[in-house]
Amino acid sequence: MTMSVYLSALSVTNLIGRMPAAVAQGIIWGLMALGVFITFRLLDIPDMTVDGSFATGGAVTVMLLLAGMPAWAALLIAIVVGVLTGLCTGFLHTKLGIPAILAGILTQFALYSINLRIMTKANQTASVQKFGMFWENGNGFLVSSLHITQAILVGLVVAAVIVALSYWYFGTEQGSALRATGDNPAMSRAQGIHIETMKVIGLGISNGIVALAGGLMTQFQGTADVSMGRGAIVIGLAAIVIGEILCDAIFSKGCNFAVKLSFIIFGGVIYYAVMVVILWLKLDPNDLKLFTAIIVAIFLAIPQLKARSKSSFARSKKRALSERSDA
Amino acid sequence: MLEIKNVSKTFNPGTINEKHALTNLSLSLSDGDFVTVIGGNGAGKSTLLNAVAGVWPVDSGAILIDGEDVTGMPEYKRAKYIGRVFQDPMMGTAPNMQIEENLALALRRGKKRGLKWGVTNAEREAYREKLAALGLGLEDRLTAKVGLLSGGQRQALTLLMASLQTPKLLLLDEHTAALDPGTAKKVLELSDKIISDNKLTALMITHNMTDAIRHGNRLIMMDRGRIVLDISGEEKSRLTKADLLERFAEKAGVQEETDSVLLS
Repeated sequence: MTMSVYLSALSVTNLIGRMPAAVAQGIIWGLMALGVFITFRLLDIPDMTVDGSFATGGAVTVMLLLAGMPAWAALLIAIVVGVLTGLCTGFLHTKLGIPAILAGILTQFALYSINLRIMTKANQTASVQKFGMFWENGNGFLVSSLHITQAILVGLVVAAVIVALSYWYFGTEQGSALRATGDNPAMSRAQGIHIETMKVIGLGISNGIVALAGGLMTQFQGTADVSMGRGAIVIGLAAIVIGEILCDAIFSKGCNFAVKLSFIIFGGVIYYAVMVVILWLKLDPNDLKLFTAIIVAIFLAIPQLKARSKSSFARSKKRALSERSDA
Repeated sequence: MLEIKNVSKTFNPGTINEKHALTNLSLSLSDGDFVTVIGGNGAGKSTLLNAVAGVWPVDSGAILIDGEDVTGMPEYKRAKYIGRVFQDPMMGTAPNMQIEENLALALRRGKKRGLKWGVTNAEREAYREKLAALGLGLEDRLTAKVGLLSGGQRQALTLLMASLQTPKLLLLDEHTAALDPGTAKKVLELSDKIISDNKLTALMITHNMTDAIRHGNRLIMMDRGRIVLDISGEEKSRLTKADLLERFAEKAGVQEETDSVLLS
């Protein structure tokens, strides 16, 4: 394929046309990232449970819909089940002393089987045509790919509620204790905080939010798949780093906690938009995960690289050599 | 106030690294006692403080705080009674949280942490006053991240945090050892002031004999997991560094050479 043929095959209107759906899905991924933020940034635990609990949220939602439950109620139960998956990881970590990252991997591994049990097969479909939207009958889907504008609006409202609740909770006595646990466990213990309880609570809240995102994604796509959460942790990290970097760039003096959380949702949108652009460029979709991993690795490395640009052995050596030649 | 009865602790029992850190140690502190603890490396000073704080369970013996047996109480529960300042200035505060948030965490030591707001406006005023009393200019930086403070400022803040919710017992584990001499002196003076203002009962480990003599009303010397010297009152006020070195040589015997260097 020559360059001109390639370029002429790219349609800008096509890209613009794809963007609203990308934004709608990006908000849902951003919501998921908010859950990852609680463990990764506040508790200092990279929680691998999310790959499983995202799909669990989807599986629970789709099966309850098929059983005739209203979509909103299905989501609430998905949240509860998501919390339970987090508690499981918390139990493995704090009561049995398994390193946090391994505890998450174990739960995630187990959830694959459990998700198959919930759905009885690898994927289940609940069509929006059959159930309708909640503004039509009160019990229908909250979001759907057939109603993009509404999906964006509902996504933003849900995100705003979760951001507001998080802002409130992490400002309370208990929320402060949870943040202290991630920041300095020794100090927290000396201040009478039971850090194990805090970790379990944090893992529960985090996976509850992740399962909610999984449930919303299932409604949006009209289907749940046992592997829909694969790589969720990486997507979450991508949204977090993108959001934080934008936040720092815009507010040089550091930003308010609620603003930061909002930027993480926005980070999810940016991430998903970039993925759509990559697909639009007709790059092989099989390479998407590779691109994501590279982007996340670069962004996670930025603080370290920045520090090294100011001070490193290589720089010291260069400086020493130039001083010697001056003398 | 504090009663330690025949406490023993052995690390790595049954291995080649077995270490009898505390051996049948007993110590009783009265209300308002300010005890300085000296001894060579490995004498068991920090182990003693950690045993009292409940960092790990002791092998045998009992620990009572104000008459209550806390031997079976984990660290986070004992924290209700105990204020602590560590050797490492990084250890006593949460670096990514604000000064006022750190103080608010300390104010709630030993209390149930519920869903009430983490820092209230009434508290803020009190914090501002207490920080102003430190004379470090921190009263105007309530919302600054603690990670931005210097080591001395962080130790002073940790001291304030340890005393904010008046503890039954204050444990100072070489809390000035990582500071430069000028800052160390200031933090030590501040410790004196906080202890006397709040009439606290305190245990302070130090490597500096002069400080050990100058501060507190009682001095204990440890060696190989035991208390080998316990001087208080009139006798302590007449104590000199030379006396102390001599008494130490007497008690510790063969270790004299190395330890007098360490203790100087």
